[in-house]
Amino acid sequence: MANLGEEVNEWEHLNRTNWRGLGLVDPIKSVEDKWLLLPAFLKVKGLVKQHIDSFNYFVDVDIKNIVKANNKVTSDVDPRFWLKYTDINVGYPDRTDLDAIDKSITPHECRLRDITYSAPVVVTIQYTRGKSVVRRPNVNIGRLPIMLRSNKCILTGKNEAQLARMTECPLDPGGYFVVKGTEKVILVQEQLSKNRIIVETDSVKGVVQASCTSSTHGGLKSKTYVATKKGKIYLRHNSIHEDVPIVIALKALGIQADKEILLLTAGNTEAYKSAFSANLEEAAKLGVFTHHQALEWIGTRVKVNRKVVGPRRPAWEEALEALATIVLAHVPVKGLDLRSKAIFVATMTRRVLMAMDDEKMVDDRDYVGNKRLELAGQLLALLFEDLFKTFNSNLKSSIDKVLKKPSRTNEFDAFNTMQFQGDHITSGFIRAISTGNWSLKRFKMERAGVTHVLSRLSFISALGMMTRISSQFEKTRKVSGPRALQPSQWGMLCPSDTPEGEACGLVKNLALMTHITTDVEEEPIVRLAFMLGVEDISLATGTEIYGPHTFVVNVNGTIVGLTRYPTRFVSNFRRLRRAGRLSEFVGVYINHHHHAVHIASDGGRICRPMIIVESGRPRVTSDHIMLLKKGVATFDDFLRKGLVEYLDVNEENDSYIALYESDIVPTTTHLEIEPFTLLGAVAGLIPYPHHNQSPRNTYQCAMGKQAIGAIGYNQFNRIDTLLYLSVYPQQPMVKTKTIELIGYDRLPAGQNATVAVMSYSGYDIEDALILNKASLDRGYGRCQVLRKNATLIRKYPNGTFDRLADAPLDENGQIQKKYDIVQLDGLAGVGERVDPGDVYINKQTPTNANDNSFTGQAAAVPYKNSPMTYKSPVAGYIDKVLVSDTENDQTLIKVLIRQTRRPELGDKFSSRHGQKGVCGLIVNQEDMPFNDQGINPDTIMNPHGFPSRMTVGKMIELLAGKAGVLSGKLQYGTAFGGSKVEDMSRILIEKGFNYAGKDMLTSGITGEPMEAYVYFGPIYYQKLSEIVVAYLSSSLNSSNLATEHMVMDKMHARARGPRATLTRQPTEGRSREGGLRLGEMERDCLIGYGATQLLLERLMISSDKFEVNACQECGLMGYNGWCTYCKSSKRMAQLTIPYAAKLLFQELMAMNVIPRLVLDDA
Amino acid sequence: MPTASTSHSTFDPRHHVGVHAERVSNVSSTDFPGYYPDEDHSWDLDQFNQRLKVKVQRLSGRSIEFDLVGTDASIANAFRRILIAEVPTISVERVYVWDNTSVVVDEILAQRIGLVPLNVDPAWMDTKETTNDQATDRNTLVFRLKVACERNKNAPKGSTDPREMYINSDVLSSHLEWEPQGEQATVFASSPPAPTNPNIVLGKLRPGQEIDIEMHAVKGVGKDHAKFCPVATASYRLLPLVILNPEKPVPPHLAEKFQKCFSPGVIRVDPQTKAISLDEQNMRKESMSREVYRHPEFEGCTQLARVRDHFLFSIESEGFYPPERLLPESISVMRGKIANIRRAAEALLADNNNAGDVVMADA
Repeated sequence: MANLGEEVNEWEHLNRTNWRGLGLVDPIKSVEDKWLLLPAFLKVKGLVKQHIDSFNYFVDVDIKNIVKANNKVTSDVDPRFWLKYTDINVGYPDRTDLDAIDKSITPHECRLRDITYSAPVVVTIQYTRGKSVVRRPNVNIGRLPIMLRSNKCILTGKNEAQLARMTECPLDPGGYFVVKGTEKVILVQEQLSKNRIIVETDSVKGVVQASCTSSTHGGLKSKTYVATKKGKIYLRHNSIHEDVPIVIALKALGIQADKEILLLTAGNTEAYKSAFSANLEEAAKLGVFTHHQALEWIGTRVKVNRKVVGPRRPAWEEALEALATIVLAHVPVKGLDLRSKAIFVATMTRRVLMAMDDEKMVDDRDYVGNKRLELAGQLLALLFEDLFKTFNSNLKSSIDKVLKKPSRTNEFDAFNTMQFQGDHITSGFIRAISTGNWSLKRFKMERAGVTHVLSRLSFISALGMMTRISSQFEKTRKVSGPRALQPSQWGMLCPSDTPEGEACGLVKNLALMTHITTDVEEEPIVRLAFMLGVEDISLATGTEIYGPHTFVVNVNGTIVGLTRYPTRFVSNFRRLRRAGRLSEFVGVYINHHHHAVHIASDGGRICRPMIIVESGRPRVTSDHIMLLKKGVATFDDFLRKGLVEYLDVNEENDSYIALYESDIVPTTTHLEIEPFTLLGAVAGLIPYPHHNQSPRNTYQCAMGKQAIGAIGYNQFNRIDTLLYLSVYPQQPMVKTKTIELIGYDRLPAGQNATVAVMSYSGYDIEDALILNKASLDRGYGRCQVLRKNATLIRKYPNGTFDRLADAPLDENGQIQKKYDIVQLDGLAGVGERVDPGDVYINKQTPTNANDNSFTGQAAAVPYKNSPMTYKSPVAGYIDKVLVSDTENDQTLIKVLIRQTRRPELGDKFSSRHGQKGVCGLIVNQEDMPFNDQGINPDTIMNPHGFPSRMTVGKMIELLAGKAGVLSGKLQYGTAFGGSKVEDMSRILIEKGFNYAGKDMLTSGITGEPMEAYVYFGPIYYQKLSEIVVAYLSSSLNSSNLATEHMVMDKMHARARGPRATLTRQPTEGRSREGGLRLGEMERDCLIGYGATQLLLERLMISSDKFEVNACQECGLMGYNGWCTYCKSSKRMAQLTIPYAAKLLFQELMAMNVIPRLVLDDA
Repeated sequence: MPTASTSHSTFDPRHHVGVHAERVSNVSSTDFPGYYPDEDHSWDLDQFNQRLKVKVQRLSGRSIEFDLVGTDASIANAFRRILIAEVPTISVERVYVWDNTSVVVDEILAQRIGLVPLNVDPAWMDTKETTNDQATDRNTLVFRLKVACERNKNAPKGSTDPREMYINSDVLSSHLEWEPQGEQATVFASSPPAPTNPNIVLGKLRPGQEIDIEMHAVKGVGKDHAKFCPVATASYRLLPLVILNPEKPVPPHLAEKFQKCFSPGVIRVDPQTKAISLDEQNMRKESMSREVYRHPEFEGCTQLARVRDHFLFSIESEGFYPPERLLPESISVMRGKIANIRRAAEALLADNNNAGDVVMADA
C-alpha cells in the first residue's frame, strides 16, 4: 500500500512542474470581474477619448508650440520694431452678443440659434512702442470652435443634474463641434506612419524600394526613396531631378571611403556585399570619388526654387543645403554634421539589400503598426498654424503700412493695428470646419470632406460616427490589401463594423478599449535610452552596427544608438514606464528581423490597455478589483501602480498575451482585460455575435445606425432638420455588457417583439414580416418624425426688412382655410394640425429688398407674400416654434413639425442580427396564432430566414429572451460570454416550457393546434428609418391622397405619340410621353420563342416602319418607283424597312460605302 | 371522477391530438366533425346536449377559467375570435385638445387615452354608424381631463419623490371626468361612466404644465381597434393527457426524475413503492413541455396527447364586462350573426326566382 502510494507521489512529482510555487495542475485562481476595468477605463477616458484627448493636446500644448515657433513679427520698414508673442491661451466658450450681460453660453443654445460654440484665443504680446517695450496680456486674436466635453468645454466635469440644466444629454459622447448650429465631426484619418522606413517590392517591375516620409514639426513633408533600378540602388527625392546613385549620396553625406560605405550598408554579409558592389562601381564610373565631387554631382541636379535674388551659390552649396534641410528632414542635423543622416540612408540601403536577398524582409503597408491616425487636434493644429502665419504676415504688412508713413500724429501702437486685423482666424476655423475643406497651401494640403455632419438618426449612429476612421486610399483602386481584415487589427479596430460596398474595409471603427496617442516629447526619451546603456550611433561603424549581437535603438524612426542587451534594455525601459517615470503611451519593442529596438512616442498610434502578467500571475488581483468596486481605485491608479499598461500595435506584437487566465504560461507577458472589447461600440449591441456568420454582424452594424429610437435625453429640446424618435423604446431583454457601458439601455432603439418563427399567409416570403394589428394599435413600432422648417426675418442693406403678418381675410371677411392655424404674430400656434398646403409662417418681404438705391421710409414699402407652406402629403402638428436671433442680428424662426406614424405595409424592420425585412401583411389579432397561455406574437418571421443566414445568435437571443421574460430578469448575450443556452433551457423547463423554446401553437383561423411546434419568444426588433415602400397602404384615409399622388407620379402608358425626328422611333421617357422599350433581352426571348410576327410588329411596324423603293438592278434605294442610279423604273420594288435601317444605308453611302439590297421573293 | 361519457370521450383515441417529440398529429377532426365513415353519428340534440359541458373552474373579479367540452374547434375558436374582435365596448375615439403642455404629445396622449377601458355597458349605447354621424347623447359619452401640476407646499423637506413634491405629478385614468350629456345623467345614474382602472398612468406633469382635453367615447368592436377589445386575453388550450404505457413502467429509481418532467401535481409518486400514478384531477395543470421525450430512459413509458374537444378556456376581462358575462355576450353576438345569415339565406331563397347576382347585405 505504502509502496504504491510512494509510487503515485513520485509520478505526481514528475507530472507537476513546480514553477515558483505554482504547479501546472493547480487550479488558477481567476480574477473575478476583471471586466470591471473596462467601465473604469471608460469612466476616465469616455467613449470618444481619442477626439477629446487630441483636442486637449492641441489647446493645451500644441498651440503654444506653434506660437513659440512663429512668435516674432518684425517690420521691414523699421528695424527697431518688434512684436513678440509670449503666451497663448484658449479661453472658455462665451457669448459674443454685444449687449449680453450673462456671457455664459451652452452648446445647446448654439445648436438652436445656429451660432458657433467657440472660445476666444488670447495671446500675451510684447512689443516696442517708441522706445519702450510694452507688455499686453489677453489680446484677443480670434475665436476657436470648442470641441464638446473637451478641457475648454463648459460641459466637462458636470454631473447629470447640471447637464440637465443646460439641456444637454449626459450620455452624449461629445468630441464634435457646433459650428453655425450644426454638429460637425472631424473624422479620424488613417495614414501611413511618418519618419519610418517602409520597404516594399514590386514583383512585376522587380523593384525594391525603401521609402520614408519625413515630417517635422513645421509641417514640412517630403518623401525620400532608396530604390533599385536595374540592379543598382539610387536615392530619389522630389527636390533632386535625377536619381542619385546611392554611393554618391552617401559620399555627399560625408562618408567618403568605399570601405566605410560598404560596411555601413552591406556590413560583413557576403550576399549583401556582392549585391552592393555594382553601386560602388557606378560611382567610380561617374568619376565621383570625394565628398566634394559628390556634392557637385548632386548640386547640379537640385531643383532650386529661390525667390530671394542674390548671388548664385555654387552647386555644392545647393547640394549641401538640400541634403541638410530637405532630404530626410526629420533626421536631426547638428551644424553640418550629416553623419546621422548618412547612417539613416545607409540603413535604408541595407533594408533594400535585405529585401533583395530575401523577399520576406519587406514591410506590410497594411499592418496597423505602420499606420498613424490623424485626429481633430492635429488637423486643427495645422489649420491654426496656417491661419496664424497668415495673420502675422497680414499684421506685418499693415504695421509696415503705418510705419511707412513718415510722420504720425501719435506714437505708433501695434496693439491698435492688431485690433483691426479682422476675424481671419475665426472665420478660417469656421469655414474649414463647416465645409470640411482643409486647403492649406503652405503645407501643400488639399483635403476635402474632412468634417461631416454628426448623424443624429439614432444614438448609435452618432456614437458610431465618433469612432469612425476614414482611410486616405482612393475607393476606386482595385487592391484588396487595404480593405482586408488585418490580424494586427485585433483589439484595436472593430472587425465587424465597416460599411458594405465601395468603402468596405477602408472605413473602419475603433474597438471599445482603444486609445490613440498624442505626441510625447522625444528628447527625454533619448536621454533615458542613453542612460540605460545605449551607445551613441555616431561613434559606431558598420562593423558594430551590423554585428551579430548588436541591436540598433531607434526613437521614432531615427537611429540613436546601439545596444548589446536588447532584452535587458527593453525590460528596464518598460519597468521605468510602469513606474510612471515616463509617459505610459511610450511604446518599446524589439524587432528581431531587423535587429532593432524601436521606441515610439509619436502621436496617432493606436494602443489599448492590458493587464501585466509577471511570473505567470496577473498583477491585477481580486483585491484590486474589490477596490475598484468600492470606488476607491480608478483606472489611473491601476496604471500608476503598474498593474495595467498600454500597448501599441508594435509592442503588442512583441508580447505574449493570454486571452484568459487559464491560458497563462510562464512566458506570458500580458492578459486581456476582456475579450469582447475587440468589438466596437456598434458591434457591441449584437447579442451572441460569436454565434453569427460574420457578415451578418457587419450588416447589423450598418442597420443599427438606422434604427429609430431615443437619440438623447435632450431629444425633445432639439430642433434638428430631421429627427426620428420612437414613441415607446425599450431596452433589449438580452443585453450585452457593451450596451450597458455605452448607455444603449438608457437610449434604446427598438422594442422587444414576441416573435413566432413560422410561415404565415404567403405574405412573408423574402424576409417579409407579419405584424399583429392589435400590437400596432397598442403602440408597437410607433414613431415620430420631426422636421425643421426655418426661415430668417431679414434686414436688408437698404433699410427695409421682412415682416410677419397675421392671416389675411378674403372678400367675405373670412380667414382662408390655409391660414387658419396662423396666429396674430404670423406664426402657426404650437399644437395646431398642419394640413398639406397650410401656411405656418406668414412671412412678407419688401418688393424692393434688393434695390440698394431705395432711401425712403422702410415702413412704407409695399410687401409681397412669401409664406412657408406645408408640403408633405401627410398632415402634421406644430411641435415647437422658436424665435431667436443669429450672431449677425437676423431674426431666426424655426418651426418644428411633427408627424406620428404607425407601422404600415412596407415599413422596414430588423433584428440585431443583420436580418432586415419589410412588413408584408398586418393581421388582426384574432387571426394570429396563440400559445397555451393565450399569447399572440407581435411579429411572425419566416423560418427560411435562418438556414442561409446562419444567424444562430438570433435563435439564442430568442431563447435567452424567453428565459429572461419567464424569470423576470434581463439576460446577457455579451460576445464570447453571456448567458449559456443550457442555463436558458433549464429556466424554460422550470417554468413549464419546452427546453428548445418551441411552443405548441393553435391557429387563430381554424382554432386547431398546429402540426409543428413553433420557435416562439421575444427578439429585439429595430424599426429602420429608411422606408422602402412609402404610402403603399391605402387603409389610412389621410394617406389615400398620398397614394394617388404617388401613383399619379409614376403612372404612364402610350398608344401613339411623339417620335424622335432623326430616327422616327418613339421618344423615350415619361416626361416626353415616350414609348416603353422592348429591349434586347425581351427581343432575345421572342427570338427564342420564335414569335417572328410579334417581333416584326414590335420592332418595326409599331415603331419606325418606312416604305422604300429599291432597285433590283443596282440594289440602291430610289423614290417614286424611279431609280436615280439606273435612270430607270424597270426593276423597282417596294419594301418596308425600319426607318433607322434606311438612315444607316444613307449614312454608309455618305461614307463612300455602298450597301446594296439584294431582293428576293419570299 | 370523470363521468362515463366524458371518460369515454377523453380516453377515446379518436378524440386525441397526438403530442410527439417533434410534431403534433391528428390536429384536425374529420371533414364533418364528429362523424366517421361507416358509422352512424347522425346529429342528435339529446346526444349533443349530453356531451356538451360548460364548467367554470375558477372565477375571480377579472378573469374566468372554464371548460368547454363537446364542441368542435371551429365553435370554440369562433367564441374566442368574437370575444377578441366583435364584442362591443365603449372607448374614447375622439380627443379634442384645448391645452397640453406636458411632455406627452397630443397624438400619443390620445392613443393612450383610447386604450383606457371604460366601465360603460355597451348595451345602453348606440353605435355611430359612420364616423361623420352626429354625436348624440345616445352614442357618445363626453369625458373631460383637466389637470394642472403645481408644487406641493406641504411636501416633506428634502423629498425627491415627484409624487410628494408636486400635486398631480402623474396624470392617471382617475382624472378622467365624465360630463353627462342630455338624458345620460339619468340613464347612467346608477353607474356613472369611468375608467375601470383608476391607476393607469396617462402621462406625467411637472409644475407649470397642464392638460385640458375633451374626449368623446363611442361604441366599437375590437377588429376596428384593439382599444375596443373587451378582453386582455381570451384563449383556450386543449385538455392535456398523459397516457402511461402499462407495458413499460417507469423504473422506481427514476420515478422522481419522471415526475419532474411534468408540471407539479400531474404525476404522483408513491413515497414507498416509487410507483407512478396519474392525478386525473390535476391533469389539466400539465403544461405540455414535452420534457419527458427528451430523456431516452423514458422512451416508450408514456405518450402525451390532448383532447380535441375539451377546451380549457381562460378569459381575462379588462373592460366593463364581468368575466362571467363574456361568454354569453359572445354567444349573443354569434347568434346575431347566425340570424343575419339566416335572413340572407332566406332572402336568397326568395330571390332565387329572379336570376341575377345577389347583393349581400352588410354583415
